[in-house]
Amino acid sequence: MGKPTKVTNRIRDLRFANGRMTQAELADRIEVTRQTVIAIEQGRYSPSLETAFQIARVFGVRIDDVFAYPDSASPDAASADGA
Amino acid sequence: MPFEERRTWAYLATALIVPAGYLLVLVTGLGGLSASPAEGGFQVPLLVAVGTGIVANMFFVRPPRKGRDRRDERDAEIGRRGERVGFIVLGAAMIVPFALVMAEAAYFWTAHAMYLAYVASAVVSSAVKLVLYRRGL
Repeated sequence: MGKPTKVTNRIRDLRFANGRMTQAELADRIEVTRQTVIAIEQGRYSPSLETAFQIARVFGVRIDDVFAYPDSASPDAASADGA
Repeated sequence: MPFEERRTWAYLATALIVPAGYLLVLVTGLGGLSASPAEGGFQVPLLVAVGTGIVANMFFVRPPRKGRDRRDERDAEIGRRGERVGFIVLGAAMIVPFALVMAEAAYFWTAHAMYLAYVASAVVSSAVKLVLYRRGL
C-alpha cells in the first residue's frame, strides 16, 4: 500500500508544452477526476492502458513518449542485460 | 476532494456515529432500553440504528454534480480494494456470532456481535479506501 509505481511519466512537461494545460483541463479531456491526474503525475497511480492511450492522444504523441518503464526496475531485465 | 472520497468519509462517519449513538442509548438506558440481555427489548432500537445507518448513507452526501463529480477508474479500483478488505473483516468477525449461536448464547449477544461485525467491516473498508486515496495504489 502506498508503494509508488515504477512507471514514470512526462505528463507535467507535456502539459506545459501544450499551452500550460491545467490538470483540470486534462482531467476533463480524459474524463477522470483532477485528483487522478495528480496521482498519475506524481507516480502514485498507474492508469489503465486505455487512459494512458487517451492521455497520449490529448498531447498528440505516442504512448511511450508519455510513459516509460525503466529497465533497471525489473530484476529479469537486469539479469538479461548481464547475460 | 473527489466525490467518491467525500462519500467514503461520510460512510466512515456514519459507521462510527450511528453505532456510538446506539451504544450511548444502550448504556444510559434511554428510551427504556437496557444493556442487560435478560431484560431484552433491544430489537427495535437496534433495527432503528441499522435503518438510520442505511438512510444516512443515502442522504449524508449531496448527490454528484452533473459534469463536475465523476467516478473514474481510480475510484473503482480503490473501491474494489477497500471492499475486498472489508469483506475479509466481515468474514472473520462473523465467526463470533456463529460461535455464540453454537453456544446457544442469548439473542442479545448474537445480534450485537453481528451488528459489530458489520460496523467493523464498514469502518475498515472505509479506512482502507481513504488511505489508498491519500497514499496512492
